[in-house]
Amino acid sequence: MTTAEELPINVNGDVVLVRQRVRTVAVNVGLSLVDQTKVVTAASELARNALVYAGGGQVRVEVVHNGVRQGLRMTFSDNGPGIPDIEQALTDGWTTGNGLGLGLSGSRRLVDEFALESTPGEGTLITVTKWAR
Amino acid sequence: MERVPILKLGDILIVSIQIDLQDMSVLALQEDLSERVVATGARGVIIDITAVEIVDSFIGRMLATIAAISRMLDAETIVVGMRPAVAITLVELGLSLGGVRTALNLEKGVALLNQIENQTPTATW
Ligand SMILES: Nc1ncnc2c1ncn2[C@@H]1O[C@H](COP(=O)(O)OP(=O)(O)OP(=O)(O)O)[C@@H](O)[C@H]1O
Ligand SMILES: [Mg+2]
Repeated sequence: MTTAEELPINVNGDVVLVRQRVRTVAVNVGLSLVDQTKVVTAASELARNALVYAGGGQVRVEVVHNGVRQGLRMTFSDNGPGIPDIEQALTDGWTTGNGLGLGLSGSRRLVDEFALESTPGEGTLITVTKWAR
Repeated sequence: MERVPILKLGDILIVSIQIDLQDMSVLALQEDLSERVVATGARGVIIDITAVEIVDSFIGRMLATIAAISRMLDAETIVVGMRPAVAITLVELGLSLGGVRTALNLEKGVALLNQIENQTPTATW
């Protein structure tokens, strides 16, 4: 069984909808309360980044399997300006806006798998996965 | 956009966040609270996050900013009711909320404010 859905991230309120949808899927996948909280927090950070820095984007939320293990995978994509220096962007405290520079680096710590691809001028693709224990 | 009501109890302002707030509502709350602190001369602000399921960098920054603003306006901010899962996640995210005082619940928050009030330094040299 596979379930996947695509959610838009175009206005402020979409970030709230993404959080709520990810919470529901996290519960269904069987993530612990702490892991639900972690993955929803990461979703909030990455969705806000897409909105703020790329002017919008979307996220694909899906249930994935690895043997008997279930997990929740989120793929955030946007066609924004991209991230020129990924290493730098993933450093705690590094921001080009007026944030704390914790969204990307913190999200990476909150999930089990984290992959960031970005091409300046084309956009950014971030895939994160949290596995149920 | 939803607005969070601010209650006044004596010289304490109390805010209880009951819904998942979008960023604009969070900013509005920050502004409303600062204004009310000035307008009422409140000595304390209590923000109840018992119902809040996640605190991300945006809300975390708001809590720290409100604490800093109220301190400048001579009021203390206490955040009460943080869920354990939220606290664990905040630390891992990298937010320590260093300047924000916390208490387990509203009652303990009020007690802490009273305690701080009584400790207000008079000349001690
Ligand atoms: N989708 C994106 N497209 C383009 N640039 C991005 C994107 N996401 C992040 N960035 C860049 O990476 C930097 C770091 O992002 P990160 O989320 O870690 O911090 P922040 O958003 O600046 O602050 P915080 O998330 O703590 O409020 C951003 O300031 C921005 O320059
Ligand atoms: Mg961010």
